[in-house]
Amino acid sequence: MSDDGHPEHNAPDSGPTLRVKALEALLVEKGLVDPAALDAIVDQYEHRVGPRIGARVVARAWVDAAFRARLLANANAAIAELGIPSGPEGEHLMALENAPRLHNMVVCTLCSCYPWPVLGLPPAWYKSFAYRSRAVADPRGVLREFGVELAPEVEIRVWDSSAELRYLVIPMRPAGTGHLSEAELAALVTRDAMIGTAIVNYPPPAAAKSAAE
Amino acid sequence: MNGIHDMGGMHGFGPIPREIDEPVFHAEWERRMFAMALAALGRRIFNVDEFRRAIERIPPADYLRSSYYERWMRALVALLAEKGVASAAELAVVFERADRGLESGVARASGNSPERAAAPESPATPGAGGHRLRDDPNFPARFKVGDRVIARNLNPEHHTRLPRYARGRRGVIRHDWGVFVLPDTHAHGGGPNPRHCYSVEFDGRELWGEDHPASAAVLVDLWEPYLEPAAAEAGGSRTRGARKVTRTRAPRAGAHAKEDQR
Repeated sequence: MSDDGHPEHNAPDSGPTLRVKALEALLVEKGLVDPAALDAIVDQYEHRVGPRIGARVVARAWVDAAFRARLLANANAAIAELGIPSGPEGEHLMALENAPRLHNMVVCTLCSCYPWPVLGLPPAWYKSFAYRSRAVADPRGVLREFGVELAPEVEIRVWDSSAELRYLVIPMRPAGTGHLSEAELAALVTRDAMIGTAIVNYPPPAAAKSAAE
Repeated sequence: MNGIHDMGGMHGFGPIPREIDEPVFHAEWERRMFAMALAALGRRIFNVDEFRRAIERIPPADYLRSSYYERWMRALVALLAEKGVASAAELAVVFERADRGLESGVARASGNSPERAAAPESPATPGAGGHRLRDDPNFPARFKVGDRVIARNLNPEHHTRLPRYARGRRGVIRHDWGVFVLPDTHAHGGGPNPRHCYSVEFDGRELWGEDHPASAAVLVDLWEPYLEPAAAEAGGSRTRGARKVTRTRAPRAGAHAKEDQR
């Protein structure tokens, strides 16, 4: 399935395969790209960054109130404390803390802006026309589709990433997790919870996937 | 521009397509396409605002028909031609051969010109084009947190990051993010034109009407030129440029403008 839910566009040998190969060859010939450098970029975003990084940040915020305060005040400085660099699409990070009466949810209606340094590249659904169109106008309906039913008194704030700010939702720590280690807590935190389309449950539902590995 | 990319509030796209165990990339060409775009951004062949604009310029029907990285490819190709990196004719020949399954006319041997392939910047720092002005004191802020504003009803043909759904709507400044390059000019060779950028909160009912469920707000990051002070009550005298605009609610009854309690 393609990024926009149009499966017909992603046959393994469809047009883009050959065209992209040709484009790369052209740019290599012109000395503008180096295939090894492209390999490094792919490796970075396929293997080195991803939601496990954001989950570490959330778990630390759950166990360390002083860190949480620093994270909310200056997210880039706070993640640097954990050795997490701020890179492209994350140079201006903002952490959004959920609370019993407040739920934050992030979208980019205009394109696909997403906090790469802490969550990696966005999932297809985040880039889908359906999410981009509906998140701002029908957040409760979207959440319901994700299996999240919020009480009517919970205020929802939808953050449209229309500029260079990139948002990381700090979900609420589930009850009954006082005995868990920071690493065990991090394992509970899903990618979707850090976008704001899920809440963190404990014990985790059997079928639930933790944030993409 | 009032393009198809500006999707907030549209209907008809159906349920949100979710994929279990989704890979980061769905095909090898997506990996290469992503990396090429990042490398080109890192080499400052174009800036991120130009790249976004190039995606938005894809004709609406094609935009909707294309997959995500197909749109990236179209944007990259358009920008390579626009920036004089490769002529449109050259690109057409390369693609025509690719479509016929022929090897590219260009050399396949790696190392063809490695010395010209200037060391790319680290993947961690391709950079988006100089958005590092946040604290620049030379750009005083027109608005402050708590100010009531209206998103201007602008409909430029050029690139902008003011979504249609917010235009003409009343909101409240919640954060002043500092000074950022203005995409409207930066996407068109008009220079960085730094301006303050704010998080503006719009009540859901202000955006979507009285039938909208309560307790849902949308916060949009908007540059200063997109905003004007909210006028005082209709009919009231309007102090041009007044910093402190009004503490009264928007005149829409039941607009549920939240008090500044946060």
